[in-house]
Amino acid sequence: MKFPRIRAIAKKELIQIRRDPLSLAMAFLMPVMLLFIFGYAITLDVNNLKTVVCDLDKSMLSRELAAQFGKSDYFTIIDRVHSYGEIDGYLDRGEALVAISIPRDFSENIKRGRPAELQVIVDGSDSNTATIALGYISAVTGLFSEKIAVRQSPPLIETRVRVWFNEELESRNYIIPGLIAVIMSVIAALLTSLTVAREWERGTMEQLISTPVKTQEFILGKLMPYFLIGFIDMLISVLLAVFLFDVPMKGSLFLLAGLSSLFLFGGLSLGMLISIVAKSQLVASQIAMVATFLPAFLLSGFMYAIPNMPKPLQVITYAIPARYFVSILKDIFLKGNALHMLLFETSLLGLFALVVFAIANKKFKKRIE
Amino acid sequence: MNNEAVAIRTENLLKSFGDYRAIDNLDLDIKRGEIYGLVGPDGSGKTTLMRLLTAIMEPDSGQAWVAGHSVVTESERVKEKIGYMSQRFGLYEDLTVIENIIFYADLYDVPRKERPERIERLLGFSNLTPFKARLAGKLSGGMKQKLGLACALIHTPEILFLDEPTNGVDPVSRRDFWKILYDLLKEGITIFVSTAYLDEAERCTRVGLIHKGKLLAEDDPAAMKKSFGYPMIALWADDPRRAIEVLKMVPGIKNISIYGDRLHIALESPELMETIVFELQAAGIVMKSYRNIIPTLEDIFITKVAGDE
Ligand SMILES: Nc1ncnc2c1ncn2[C@@H]1O[C@H](COP(=O)(O)OP(=O)(O)O)[C@@H](O)[C@H]1O
Ligand SMILES: [Mg+2]
Repeated sequence: MKFPRIRAIAKKELIQIRRDPLSLAMAFLMPVMLLFIFGYAITLDVNNLKTVVCDLDKSMLSRELAAQFGKSDYFTIIDRVHSYGEIDGYLDRGEALVAISIPRDFSENIKRGRPAELQVIVDGSDSNTATIALGYISAVTGLFSEKIAVRQSPPLIETRVRVWFNEELESRNYIIPGLIAVIMSVIAALLTSLTVAREWERGTMEQLISTPVKTQEFILGKLMPYFLIGFIDMLISVLLAVFLFDVPMKGSLFLLAGLSSLFLFGGLSLGMLISIVAKSQLVASQIAMVATFLPAFLLSGFMYAIPNMPKPLQVITYAIPARYFVSILKDIFLKGNALHMLLFETSLLGLFALVVFAIANKKFKKRIE
Repeated sequence: MNNEAVAIRTENLLKSFGDYRAIDNLDLDIKRGEIYGLVGPDGSGKTTLMRLLTAIMEPDSGQAWVAGHSVVTESERVKEKIGYMSQRFGLYEDLTVIENIIFYADLYDVPRKERPERIERLLGFSNLTPFKARLAGKLSGGMKQKLGLACALIHTPEILFLDEPTNGVDPVSRRDFWKILYDLLKEGITIFVSTAYLDEAERCTRVGLIHKGKLLAEDDPAAMKKSFGYPMIALWADDPRRAIEVLKMVPGIKNISIYGDRLHIALESPELMETIVFELQAAGIVMKSYRNIIPTLEDIFITKVAGDE
């Protein structure tokens, strides 16, 4: 292997990437777009839900509760009504998504230390929003009961509600690091999926393979510029996670960089292998998309917990690098784990990278079939 | 195989695509210092032979040695010693002229201190110096081919393989290109060039006529014409197309081809001329004149192909 040749291939590839501003912009916008789309879709904060309050109790406490809803960003109280019948109209016309009905005996029950009931109707046509809304309602009432419990003895705290609320808040912290792993799986493979196929399609490969350049020199040289891009994409993702999604970063940035590099090496090699085998840019990019997105999304433990999967699927997850990267990112971000706690993930990520790189080298032939 | 005087040698070289033999048990023997022209119509196997000899395609059977190395077992050694210009433009259109040249200089491991002089010389003879910074994709067809040649020569190869280098290039650039080839030949480089233009083949020291993967004839152009077995006439008639139809039926006519308003006819024997005159008269075609000619390579080629069918 001669380093000048690797450098020549890398330099040439870099020049080509630089002269293709559209692809270059895509390469850097992709993580931003995907993180925004999926990050917000999944961890969507539902704000300003239009709410109508029906206060039949008309007590200090009931007004306080209604005000509690009004104060939160999640709900916007559009009207207060005084009979059940009026609620239906608002919901039917779609003017309100949430109706909160405080029964006549609400304050009475609380004063007597009996469980007080609250009726809630949520428009279920968007089940996602409805679920989130229900969570917020529990949260607000939870806070409320905590507040009045202080003035009350024995206390009436319903901790179950609070826990649920916290869990919801944590889930975003949980989702974003996993999402980065999924997104980077797709991006890494896509970045390299065109590069070899393009040379065959444009007729430049025939000239290239007539030179004494070696397969490893060619593949390593090609990987380098995309490694740089992939690394910058990773950096963008981490910055967005920390500064936009407020995910805490408890672990070492060096460790994160190191393991991300290992992951990128495998992901980029996979894209390269696909490009080598497919020989067509269109086919290669489609294969790269399907081969990375679905497994990374469904089988990495990002969407579904691996222990809950059927056994055969569990076995398959071992071959999916995103599986290791999802847990690595979660552990570094949220727990601040050090390398010695991530040895299993790290070694399998390394193994995957080496195996795919070796196959790519073997599959690339300096011959025309 | 280490005969210093031999540049290219093949023995029973065979390459099939499915059932079709694109190169059919072909034997070649080309000496150093030759400019060998491989001539044949589209689909005759020129590109396939080029690829086999440049070790970028594996033969099914047979052997080939290029610059003293086997293309099968020592393909990478072969690649160090040859330069190749593929039929389709193979350089990077989004790289500049100089970037392409330096890229290939790097791949061929050309020593740094020799580069400036070599690059300057290559740019000079190809007249590309003013276009150094131009993107290769923005060059004219002729200039692209010269850039391809420059890149194939950056490591001063022993043998140069050119696959239809002047295809689609204007006549002036074609002439320039051939002048460069002669200069290279003087420097001792062996050149193996394929072409569909027979006038170009005439400029080669030796010509091989390839058809369906077989060499139908091989010689230097003059000898090939001299040894062509049949008398050849050029004939002018008022309706050349109908004349072809009529004469096709005459036994003993080896081949007829049309060049504008004149027909070239290969005869089995000179006596056949009387039959021709008679047949044309009978068909009511006026023969304006005729004369004996030396066959062109094209005549020879067409006749050989017709004989082969
Ligand atoms: N890679 C290939 N796969 C299948 N058939 C091929 C391939 N390359 C060439 N051929 C076939 O082999 C024959 C010779 O082609 P080629 O060598 O390209 O001829 P030429 O260069 O003289 O035009 C043609 O019939 C062509 O269709
Ligand atoms: Mg060809």
